[in-house]
Amino acid sequence: MLHYAIIVSYLLLSLALVLGFIRLVRGPSLADRVVALELLASLTVGFIGVSVIYSGRAPFLDVAMVLALTAFLAAVAFARYLEKGGQRSDH
Amino acid sequence: MIIEWLTGFTIVVGSGFMLVAALGVLRMPDLLTRMHATTKAGVLGAGLIMIGVALHFASGPVLAKAVAIIAFLILTAPVAAHVIGRAGYFMGLSLWDKTTVDELKGRYDEATHTLTSPPDTDTPPDGQGRA
Repeated sequence: MLHYAIIVSYLLLSLALVLGFIRLVRGPSLADRVVALELLASLTVGFIGVSVIYSGRAPFLDVAMVLALTAFLAAVAFARYLEKGGQRSDH
Repeated sequence: MIIEWLTGFTIVVGSGFMLVAALGVLRMPDLLTRMHATTKAGVLGAGLIMIGVALHFASGPVLAKAVAIIAFLILTAPVAAHVIGRAGYFMGLSLWDKTTVDELKGRYDEATHTLTSPPDTDTPPDGQGRA
C-alpha cells in the first residue's frame, strides 16, 4: 500500500517540477522566475521527504531543512537585488 | 497498518497540493496571483509530506526535525512572498488586465520606497482622527 502511495507521490511531484520549470524558463520577468525557483525549492523539500520514507534513512531530513533555509535566503537576496536597482520592466 | 495508510494518505495529498501549486504558477495571469498559488499550496503540500515522514518513523528525533522543517516553512514563506511581491511592485510589473483596484497606485515614492497615507476623507473637521 505504502509502496503505491510513494510511486504516486513521485509521479505527482515530478509533474509539478516539470510545470514549475516551464514557468522558470518562460518568465516573463525576473520576479516570476524567482517565484518559480522558490516553488521548485519547496517541491524538492517534498521530494526529499518522500525519498526519506522510501529509503528509510531519516538523516536525509537534514538536507530538506538546509534546502528550505537556503531557498528562503535566495528569495530574500533576489528580492533585495530587484528592489535596489535591478532591471525595470516598464521602461 | 493504520499508520501505513495515514502515511500514504498524507504524502499523496501533499504531493497533490504541490501539483496544484505548480499548476497555479504555470496558469495564473500575473505575478501576485502566481505567488498566491505557490505560497499557500506549496507550504501546505510540503508540510503534509513532513507530517507523513513523522508518522512513518514515529521516533523523537525525526518528529523534532519534521516539526522544525514545518515551522521553518510556515515562518519563512510569508516573509519571502512579501519581499518578492514588494520588489515586483517596484519593478513596475503590470497587473492582470482584469484587476479592478490597485490601492497602492501613486502612494509609493519611487525614489525612497516609502508609503504615503491616502487622503483622509472621513476625518471630522475638528481635527480628531479616527481611533
